[in-house]
Amino acid sequence: MSALSIDIRRKVYGSGAAGRLAIAGLEFEVREGELVCVLGPSGAGKTTTLNIIAGLDSAFEGEVRLTGRDAHRLSYVFQEPRLLPWRTLIENVALPLKGRPDARSAAAGWLDRVGLNGCHDLYPGQASAGMQRRAAIARAFAFGPTILLMDEPFVSLDEKSASELRGLFAALWKAERVTTLFVTHDLAEAAGLATRVLIYSTSPATIAADIAMPAARGAASLKEAEQMLRLALQRAAGSGPAAGDRSNFEPGPLGIG
Amino acid sequence: MALFSREISREEEPPLLRGRAGPARAGGKGGRLIVGAVSLVALVALWAMAAWLAQSRHFPGPVAVGAAIGAGIGSGELPYHTAITLARVAASFVVAFAIGSPIGIVLGRFGKLDLFFDSWLILFLNLPALIVIILCFVWLGQNEAAAVTAVALNKIPNVAVILREGTQAMPPGYDEMATLYRFDWWTRLRHVHLPQLAPYFAVAARSGLAIVWKIVLIVELLGLSSGVGFKLNMYFQSFDVANILAYALSFIVVIFVIEAMLLRPWQSAANRWRP
Repeated sequence: MSALSIDIRRKVYGSGAAGRLAIAGLEFEVREGELVCVLGPSGAGKTTTLNIIAGLDSAFEGEVRLTGRDAHRLSYVFQEPRLLPWRTLIENVALPLKGRPDARSAAAGWLDRVGLNGCHDLYPGQASAGMQRRAAIARAFAFGPTILLMDEPFVSLDEKSASELRGLFAALWKAERVTTLFVTHDLAEAAGLATRVLIYSTSPATIAADIAMPAARGAASLKEAEQMLRLALQRAAGSGPAAGDRSNFEPGPLGIG
Repeated sequence: MALFSREISREEEPPLLRGRAGPARAGGKGGRLIVGAVSLVALVALWAMAAWLAQSRHFPGPVAVGAAIGAGIGSGELPYHTAITLARVAASFVVAFAIGSPIGIVLGRFGKLDLFFDSWLILFLNLPALIVIILCFVWLGQNEAAAVTAVALNKIPNVAVILREGTQAMPPGYDEMATLYRFDWWTRLRHVHLPQLAPYFAVAARSGLAIVWKIVLIVELLGLSSGVGFKLNMYFQSFDVANILAYALSFIVVIFVIEAMLLRPWQSAANRWRP
């Protein structure tokens, strides 16, 4: 059953002659219970897609439909945690739940689930970058979303914290099974988390590839999946220099040699 | 040998950085109080010396002014008029913020309105206080309402401009988060906007307090029969400088107390989240 159907015919940044066509004919669906990772060259309109779905950007031609339920609730884990720095972690998680009698205890429960027990009353400025991401994830899940949007949520963390958080997110997602659209540029992340991977073409973005991922993955097949995604991404990027491909590297005018 | 000499030189090498925090000094707050007191005593001493050198009836020293303050308090006149002026300051201050801050926030949020009203704001910002006061007295009569209106009108554009800048400076990220998580307008105002505007409110309040009480004095001097401004006018007729300074000093003390008892604690409460 489809939960989200996207048909963005045109999205232009700027206006007139200076306008840049970011998306042209982007069409896909996300089914209930899927975890779809979006991969693509940077500047390909991945974050723009999330902002359009979230209703934060309405300057586009096309349609976004939330289907299959009477009412959808969206949560969005932004690239930066976007916690209110003047509110404690627990207040940050509880604020979207305002109106629910158990807002505070629900928030406390979610903070515990993301491993922030004992840190409820810290201000974000007193917490590490990793702890702030955890709180942002707690806020997103606590809101009780039917659709979860994630925009490179583990970027700019050190590899150890990033992989810890990836593990945490995978466990939470398995327990909650929220329909998720997950933007990343990390192939291993996509290979490890996704049930399906969408690959964007270079800007203006369309869908270059739509790849279903096998359900159970061992370490070996994980490597294979990553390799497959790398190839697909290179194909999508077309003639541009592909990531990791350094064979045509030439030293610049200042190069020694 | 070379190794040996290098080791010696390393020992003499100064460290790149040296921490400057010594062992915790007793009472940082107490230290600040002492410095403040010493500087105040120095100022009074300077004044006493200047007055002694001038030897003029029109330049009384601290003792004469102190005596005038004592007499004013004894008769009850000084506290009475100071209280009246303070009440006018408070009323104008509240009115100016109640009207000026929503205007500023709305202008900061809606660019088109800002475009339209910007010239109005510049006009009111540059309208001389005296003209506003005279017009208020002419149109509304010489009463309290006119006085408070005149002072508030002088402060409103200032509050509006400061809060407009503050609103425009807010990054959109928190607002997007609030939209997504469906904050109602009150939650958004209280938890997202006001904390970001707190420093701008503090600036407006600080500069406001200083400017408002000066304008209140002019209003009192021009058209009312009570308050510090009215008394200053009276003492000016008789060139009674000791009493003029007595009233001025008492009011400055009152403002000092407000700053220390209200503004500072509020500001440090508003800033407790800063790491």
